[in-house]
Amino acid sequence: MTAPTRSARATGLGLEITVPVAVLVLWGLASADSDSFYFPPLVDIVRAFGDIWLFDRVGSDVVPSLSRLFAGYSLAVVAAVVIGLALGSSDTARKMCDPVVQFLRAIPPPVLLPAGILVLGVGSGMKVALIAFVCFWPVLLNTIDGVAGVDPTLRETARSFRIPPGERLRRIVLPSAAPQIFAGARVSLSIAVIMMVVSEMVASTDGIGYFVLQSQRTYAITDMWSGIFLLALLGYVLNALFLLVERRVLRWHRGARAGSA
Amino acid sequence: MLYVENLRKIYGEGTRTAFEAVGDVTFEVTERELVTIVGPSGAGKTTVLKCLAGLLPPTSGTVVLDGEPVEEPPEKMALVFQDYSRSLYPWMTVEQNVEFPLRHRRPGTRELATLVDETLTSVGLDGVGKKYPWQLSGGMQQRVAIARALAYQPEILLMDEPFASVDAQTRADLEDLVLELRTRYGITVVLVTHDIDEAVYLSDRVVILSPSPTTVAEIVDVGLPDPRDQVATKELPEFAHLRGYVWRSIKRPEAPSPTSP
Repeated sequence: MTAPTRSARATGLGLEITVPVAVLVLWGLASADSDSFYFPPLVDIVRAFGDIWLFDRVGSDVVPSLSRLFAGYSLAVVAAVVIGLALGSSDTARKMCDPVVQFLRAIPPPVLLPAGILVLGVGSGMKVALIAFVCFWPVLLNTIDGVAGVDPTLRETARSFRIPPGERLRRIVLPSAAPQIFAGARVSLSIAVIMMVVSEMVASTDGIGYFVLQSQRTYAITDMWSGIFLLALLGYVLNALFLLVERRVLRWHRGARAGSA
Repeated sequence: MLYVENLRKIYGEGTRTAFEAVGDVTFEVTERELVTIVGPSGAGKTTVLKCLAGLLPPTSGTVVLDGEPVEEPPEKMALVFQDYSRSLYPWMTVEQNVEFPLRHRRPGTRELATLVDETLTSVGLDGVGKKYPWQLSGGMQQRVAIARALAYQPEILLMDEPFASVDAQTRADLEDLVLELRTRYGITVVLVTHDIDEAVYLSDRVVILSPSPTTVAEIVDVGLPDPRDQVATKELPEFAHLRGYVWRSIKRPEAPSPTSP
């Protein structure tokens, strides 16, 4: 593996910034004279964005949305890793649970919303539960795969040194499965954002999804666009943060792969 | 010290695909002896070693270490695998790899750190403790695996083709390292190899296995003068004679192997 040189990295970073900026400039220029009701000038959207999201509605909409997102997501990841470790460690358990897991994860998430409202009401609890439910499956399946795929030599080494089973699980199996767990968690994160918005569009009184729908219904089209813009931005930032964490935690993995290649 | 009596291993016993990997193996290893096990490829050498290590339950027969039957990996035994890249933990540094098996037996962080340092120095790895295994060359990684086994302070060291994955020069260095460490630490070594030169060069005795289903074809006393030397020892006429002798008994076992049931 050759490390990218400083200048190559600078060029890469430059490109990464240039393209989005260019898109925004083009959009701004093209929409500058727009008097279309549905496509307001970008300048207006940006102004609305500043008025609404910095930081007028942060407490009333962004915080509730994000707290549901994180609550549901963390619940799902923790539960999926714990259950995945258990199922992945036993061939029998894995085979027994596989049909059920495949069936449950095949449910298109938004369709759970009516049932969720019926059973859990319209409060935050329902939204958290739904987010957790949809995020659970990708992490679970990846954890099971990761655990089942731990190199037998790694396990035998641990056994030969009489490492206690709990410690083996925590210090050998979990790190070894971590690359796959992270891959699942990353998929779940994007589903979590989708589910958060969807759950806020039905029978809700706050949240970014609620705001976007409400703006559209009251013909505040510029506000609606600003909400969509915020969601895109959130998705981008969340993914970037995730990658940052992943890169730190799995530093060894990238190194080991590069080393053996 | 170690008695192996009528060891027999059938994989998948009672099924149609049952395979008799080891037929009937009996030998003994006395204290501070270096015994190598050689045999044609597919002769179940690794299977024998895994049974000795308590990693694999034999179908019948017994392995007894210091009067205790081996059913689980014994505390006074350490194992070095052939494939260092899969037996070292890539998410741990070199130091952590060596230290990990020790935490469950000896408390005292200060002593632990000293022991890890000393062992790394004794295998010629000063100053790489903070690195990750995958940042080291193959030979150095195998040194880490050897250091980990030594720091465990075993009375007997089992090695499964430990030098098969490194180049010739490194291999000679590692062979001499094992001879030196064995004298310094006064440990008993059982080493599996397919390399006849290596077997004769290292051993006090060579156990020659027959093709599968494996039996002991012959046990050869080496009796070359100590200390061994890569050049001088291999120039001795006795060396050439022994090498030829072992070679011929592997290629054409004198006693035909008993027919399998």
